[in-house]
Amino acid sequence: MRRFLIRRLLSAIVIVWAVATIVFFSMRIIPADPAEVVLGEHASAESLAAFRRQAGLDQPLLAQYWDFISRAVVGDLGQSLVNNAEIAPQIWFVLPYTVVLAFASLGVGILIGIPIGVLAAVRRNSWIDLASRCFALLGFSFPAFYLGVALLLLFSIWLGWFPVMHSIRFGTWAEHLYKLVLPALSLGLIQAAYITRLTRSTMLEELRKDYVRTALAKGLTMRRVLFNHGLRNALVPIVTAIGLYAGSSLGGAILTETVFNRPGLGKLLVGAIAQRDYNLIQAGLIVFALVIVAVNLAIDLSYGFLDPRVKHD
Amino acid sequence: MVVSRLRPILEDKGAMAGLGVILLFCLMALLAPWIAPHDPTTQNVRDAFQGPGARYWFGTDEFGRDVFSRVIHGARPALMIGVFSVVLSVVLGMPLGMLAGFVGGRFDTAVSAVVDVMMSFPSLLLALMVVTLLGSAPSMVVLAIGISHVPVFVRLARSSTLVVRELDFVAASRSFGARTGHILRRHVMPNVIGPTIVMATLGIAGAIREEAGLSFLGLGIQPPAPSWGNLIRDGVNAILHAPTLALLPGLVLTASVLAFNIVGDSVRDMLDPHDIAAAAAKRDRAR
Repeated sequence: MRRFLIRRLLSAIVIVWAVATIVFFSMRIIPADPAEVVLGEHASAESLAAFRRQAGLDQPLLAQYWDFISRAVVGDLGQSLVNNAEIAPQIWFVLPYTVVLAFASLGVGILIGIPIGVLAAVRRNSWIDLASRCFALLGFSFPAFYLGVALLLLFSIWLGWFPVMHSIRFGTWAEHLYKLVLPALSLGLIQAAYITRLTRSTMLEELRKDYVRTALAKGLTMRRVLFNHGLRNALVPIVTAIGLYAGSSLGGAILTETVFNRPGLGKLLVGAIAQRDYNLIQAGLIVFALVIVAVNLAIDLSYGFLDPRVKHD
Repeated sequence: MVVSRLRPILEDKGAMAGLGVILLFCLMALLAPWIAPHDPTTQNVRDAFQGPGARYWFGTDEFGRDVFSRVIHGARPALMIGVFSVVLSVVLGMPLGMLAGFVGGRFDTAVSAVVDVMMSFPSLLLALMVVTLLGSAPSMVVLAIGISHVPVFVRLARSSTLVVRELDFVAASRSFGARTGHILRRHVMPNVIGPTIVMATLGIAGAIREEAGLSFLGLGIQPPAPSWGNLIRDGVNAILHAPTLALLPGLVLTASVLAFNIVGDSVRDMLDPHDIAAAAAKRDRAR
């Protein structure tokens, strides 16, 4: 177990390092000159040179790279090109919003997806099964951001249950939760579609197996067989897939945050791209990578708990 | 033979409806200038924010442009980018996956490692990065979405190749002295192409959604050129003045993605040998 943990951690670190390196160098081969982008086309040669000196852009590429990596390791992500503000605090400020949104939508997805999926598998070809397949197909097809827009229209504009603008700088826990509902639903319903389809097919496969027949034959209730045996075995592939969707769910968060005007990593990144703040873009992408790698790591470690047959060595 | 293979899909009402919708969107894109009732970019400020009605079916935006005409013209970037980006990912991904699966060894390990890392990132994020680096010209959007979908096709082609590689006819061909390229083209590719077509159909759905997402963020098709994504963006910005502005373009977008998904699903049922029984049952119910 310990060896597995060390190997997995090392590979996670290598991946984040590789992503940081790729992002760093791609930000430097772009045709645009950051100095010109920030100061405008009509800036004088001296002010351009001064800007490059201040931002360290006049250093050799490898020196810049070393400087960047050695700072990033201790959590210093440099300064914004646009307003010189430290980047790390900005990211620390918005990161919780994105993480909370991701977890909340995942919760919605699991709470809706797994029960419907199990039910659809047990009652194969019933109306529930048909409804679950329609639901999954719709979920695959609705862009999450458009679902967000539709929810916003329905619940905020027409019914007036929720605010239209979601600035949540301050507020109590209850307010935070209240403002989380629509964004989490719009991302979560899409995930529920994926989880439903997957739970259905894995459960169908499990229910065909011999141990289910044995369990039923020895007199266990259907419910017990389903949840203690079938679902438990089906959980490993389901959790794997949830891990894979965690990435795309974070991607969806970029759009959802923009729809609901909610602070977060995605909104920060989009703002940075609009302003061409290359340092902030670079930092945002790397933190995204870090979060995704961390999620995948957590998923890998969870197998051992979910399925005792999985031995890490 | 072709007809007998296509029969399941011809008898699948859902798939036919999906194909019909796709055909409709293709016609819409091809004939946009002739069927759109108004010019998509002509401003008419006096008619700004008209609700849906007889003159403007989907209403007008803040510049008084006809949203229905903009939706019709928006089919062009959606389909073009959807199709071309998937073609790009297939052209890049399929040969690479076949080669990795067939050759194996270090080359396979390296390709698989890169694919795994790329797969764990949201494709939207990869596309965002490419667009940030290269700009938002339509060709760059194709490149961005195309690259972000390459790993899917590499993995698919690789796993199909791994199965075929072990079969006797490949060993026989090799024993006749066939070169790797020949074997890949003549023996491996025909077995890889089926799953790839399925994935490509579903990929178009994903690519259309992604183009809309990029344009929604203002990083895809640039206004005033209409695209479904930037129409939704305009609609959200004016959501207090004209609530329906975002609703209708989004429904059209969803309908097109849904159509490609339905067709992709039924092509999968058709090609998947495990599901032939299920498909037959489905046919019987449909009758």
